[in-house]
Amino acid sequence: MNRDAVIQAKEKLRVAIIGSGNIGTDLLIKVGRSPHLECGAFIGRNLSSSGMMKALSLGVPVSAEGINHIINNPDCCDIVFDATSAKSHFEHAPILRGLNKRVIDMTPAKIGLMSVPSVNMADCLNEFNVNMVTCGGQASIPVAYAIGQTQSDVDYIEVVSSISSRSAGPATRQNLDEYIKTTEDGLKEFSGARRTKAILNLNPAEPCVDMQTTIFAKVKDPDILKLTERLSELVKSVCKYVPGYEIILGPIVENDRIVVMVRVRGLGDYLPAYAGNLDIINCAAIAMAEEYAQVTLNAVSKGN
Amino acid sequence: MNPTQEIRISDPTLRDGNHAIGHQLSAENIAAYCKAADAAGVPIVEVGHGNGLGASSLQLGEAKTPDHIALATARENMNRSKLGIHVIPGFATIERDLKPALALGVDVVRVASHCSEADICERHIGFSRNEGAEVWGCLMMSHMISPSMLLEQARKLESYGAEGVVFMDSSGHFMPEDVRVRVDTLVNGLGIAVGFHGHNNLGLAIANSVAAADAGATLIDGCARGFGAGAGNTQLEVLVAVFERLKYSTGIDFYKMLDAADLAEQTLMKEIPTIKSVSVVSGMAGVFSGFMKPVTRIAKEFDVDPRDIFFELGRRKIVAGQEDIILEVAKQLAQQPKKGNP
Repeated sequence: MNRDAVIQAKEKLRVAIIGSGNIGTDLLIKVGRSPHLECGAFIGRNLSSSGMMKALSLGVPVSAEGINHIINNPDCCDIVFDATSAKSHFEHAPILRGLNKRVIDMTPAKIGLMSVPSVNMADCLNEFNVNMVTCGGQASIPVAYAIGQTQSDVDYIEVVSSISSRSAGPATRQNLDEYIKTTEDGLKEFSGARRTKAILNLNPAEPCVDMQTTIFAKVKDPDILKLTERLSELVKSVCKYVPGYEIILGPIVENDRIVVMVRVRGLGDYLPAYAGNLDIINCAAIAMAEEYAQVTLNAVSKGN
Repeated sequence: MNPTQEIRISDPTLRDGNHAIGHQLSAENIAAYCKAADAAGVPIVEVGHGNGLGASSLQLGEAKTPDHIALATARENMNRSKLGIHVIPGFATIERDLKPALALGVDVVRVASHCSEADICERHIGFSRNEGAEVWGCLMMSHMISPSMLLEQARKLESYGAEGVVFMDSSGHFMPEDVRVRVDTLVNGLGIAVGFHGHNNLGLAIANSVAAADAGATLIDGCARGFGAGAGNTQLEVLVAVFERLKYSTGIDFYKMLDAADLAEQTLMKEIPTIKSVSVVSGMAGVFSGFMKPVTRIAKEFDVDPRDIFFELGRRKIVAGQEDIILEVAKQLAQQPKKGNP
């Protein structure tokens, strides 16, 4: 056996990506850059889609058979990114569990533990299915978490995200209700707020607008100093995996509410940099997968 | 013009009017106006937060009266008038908001999106049709796209099951000719009814509504005393009078409509909507009329000119629902040297 191939196999975990839309294709490019991951299958439904073309151009194995490709070729991957839709993920999840695959769920199906790497990466490592919440959730939860940690009596957190229309594909548009529910649940879980609300705006302006997320909070006696300190630590930690994450306003108190505004510029992999929404959830998912990979590969090498 | 043409009036006084008073309409307000509108025979009365179902928020303002109380109150106080709601996907969800609203007896669901984003309406339209409601699609801020693009979006709404399409001049930006061309394009390109919703920023809400009717729109929105966002909507009692002179039939009792408008003035509003200077600017800049109140407040807090905020929002093509961006723009303007300074 080729010695290089053995080393290669030990250094990288193989992933499959289901869903060849914006999310899936951007993940594919990010996996290609990862020192710990390689793509064993890029799976969609239509071999002539632009995502598939991209995969073919990168020489990645592709399939139009959907989940059946993994059922029929279970060795193609250790980790599966499901970038289809909430509805499809409900079908895929039990099948992938049966195949013992680690699943990183990019849809708002929210079957598994919610993962926000800057906040709870360690808690997620033993899970078979983790959910990446939503783009708005990845952008806002670090802030909501900081609010929960530094403020007393958090009554309400509200998050408004604006994304460019170009960055919202058909599945995103079909899943607005699930987006809202999942984002609200994530905010509640990570901040401890009594009530939460999520709102999503699509903005069609050209040139495309950068993703922006505003976090409003109603708390008793806001402590802006403490919040500012905690936030600057968290932002550093988010920036490790999403370099374009930036607080552009706040924290301030305006009209009796805490306001923090975040802008996310993407890496410009599959969609241009304005699509920070795509980047933040995908970078978080890659960070999660790389952490799995390192833990798994370390365990294997120690076992040897 | 066909002299016997019927025009159906939809009255969002109790929805769009909420923008003018920070969404503070009470259940008593709703009950009183619903009775008056019902007595006048207003065909559809729309009720809710200014941005519709599920929109009560820090972003847009918290409603004094929760959706379920507002809708139940309206339902109890109307026999003839149909009860309508405005629903924006991204704010209102089917499970949390739409299902309970329909269970309270809503008759007419208007599912709305920014003019170029009709496909986010598909599920809400489909669900409401399945539940047996009368369903319209609404395209907001419609001045931001061309007539042919508007038709393309309206066709999507038709394909999802909408029984009619209302295009909204949310910024009060249109000239009558703009409205005529759009109605003409929609009437010729769709197999369903066409409606128009005007705002009065440039003083043209009535003229634009007449232009819409003349071009073949069969549903027109109007609010008592023009009670609505910014400079206000098309003033309903005036519209009814104008349509009477033009021999359009609205089926509304004119005296009782005037009574309803008087009641609205006395009980619903702090001030009668007028075209304030910032509203002229909002109309010129093509920015959502509902931004007037938050822009005015935030301009004061940051000591910047509200007119500069409006023009910057217009330049950045900010859409309805993006009220948070006002803060960012105000902060940015506050850091620049004031105009007129060396």
